[in-house]
Amino acid sequence: MFGRGLKTLSLITVALIVGAFALVFFYAPNDADQGFIQKIFYLHVPLAIVALFGFVAGGIYGIRYLRSGDRLHDLRSYVAIHLSLILAVGALVTGSIWARGSWGVWWTWDEPTLVSFLIVFLLYACYQPLRFSIEDPERQARYAAVFAIVAGAFVPLNFTAVRMAESLVHPRVLSTTGGSMPGEMRLTFIVSLLGMACLFVTLWKYELASKHATFRLRSLKRKLANADDGFTPNPRRSAAPTL
Amino acid sequence: MRRAIGALIRKDLILQRRTPEAAPAMVLFSIGTFVLFHFALDEREVSGNLASGILWVTLLFAAVLGINRLFVAEREEGGFDGFLLAPVDRTSMLVAKATVLFLFLCAVEVFVLAAFAILLLGPSLQPALVVVLLLANAGIAVIGTLVAALAIQTRARDLLVPLLAIPLSVPLVIAAARACAPLLTEGGAGALEARWLAVLGLYDLVFGLLAYAIFDFLLEE
Repeated sequence: MFGRGLKTLSLITVALIVGAFALVFFYAPNDADQGFIQKIFYLHVPLAIVALFGFVAGGIYGIRYLRSGDRLHDLRSYVAIHLSLILAVGALVTGSIWARGSWGVWWTWDEPTLVSFLIVFLLYACYQPLRFSIEDPERQARYAAVFAIVAGAFVPLNFTAVRMAESLVHPRVLSTTGGSMPGEMRLTFIVSLLGMACLFVTLWKYELASKHATFRLRSLKRKLANADDGFTPNPRRSAAPTL
Repeated sequence: MRRAIGALIRKDLILQRRTPEAAPAMVLFSIGTFVLFHFALDEREVSGNLASGILWVTLLFAAVLGINRLFVAEREEGGFDGFLLAPVDRTSMLVAKATVLFLFLCAVEVFVLAAFAILLLGPSLQPALVVVLLLANAGIAVIGTLVAALAIQTRARDLLVPLLAIPLSVPLVIAAARACAPLLTEGGAGALEARWLAVLGLYDLVFGLLAYAIFDFLLEE
């Protein structure tokens, strides 16, 4: 059920990522200002954009769970937020390295996007502790969905407020119109972004398939134990959803 | 629904009058924090950005104390069961609790601002502060009620409330602190900037509607 199309998707992802790195190193020109260090941009920005979309997707699956009560939506929401958190750590680390390389500091409060990202990360870091501290699986799913929706709405609001608070705004590398990037850079960036998006979807599907298989296995084991001596072991408390 | 809201608000106010718990604690905590800021910063008087920042960080932390206690009576004395059995709209609980938290914050701020003016603040207080305080209180009340309802049923209640409330109120503190800063400047107060009031209003509106839409799911049994 979850495994369908995974092979093709994985191959496409590998091709896109390899292609993106080839473009980054051999095709895209060095930035006139920042030189080689600017190339971290092709990793950092896709990581951040995909993580934000993942958070919002988690909120959308949260809404779908509350509307339908289907646990699969809760699982989808959980896996999306979990993966986005990992990407968010990557985005923060690469952002920090880039800041060090081009501005000489590990962290700068002048860059509103970076600051907003940290705040969003801090909020989503509470997602797992929240889930873990609720025992009843049905309530866990419901509360996690409420959290995912509130946090999903918080993301754009937070970006607006932080952007407004910084009087000194750095020139945007990528504005809504595509910015002043030369064609080679833009092509490389788009391929990197696509590769990262495909990587996210692939990992998401793998994780869904793995979680689903684990639940199936556990329920089969329980059935077997029941058939043996009628003893059901207590399920372990976990932040992950159960089906 | 209006009668249910009225009854719930009355209940909380009577409870608070008979056994004052949250509000006095919030005032004492705030004054204690001002003393800490005095020694930590080694400043006899503050103004401008610094004053605004101290005021809002203190108010937010005091609000977290109140948010932590918001649903404790319901949880421990079975108030949730009684409320769920009553044939009333669940959303009335949100409206009532947010109103109570809003009233608490307003009452606490009267004392806290007086203490702030006496202990730390250099310039005198401006009446325009009231607008910022009311808008920010509304936002804290809505987000606080949501967070309190989310955390009350969990094992790690006291941990989760500050962890969730602080990142969620960052836009609120940005806007409130920036709006207050010119009002607290030494030598002639600056004007109130409309854009920060707009951010506060937008925050109140977005989270008010969101809370209204999803609060029911937090009370279901």
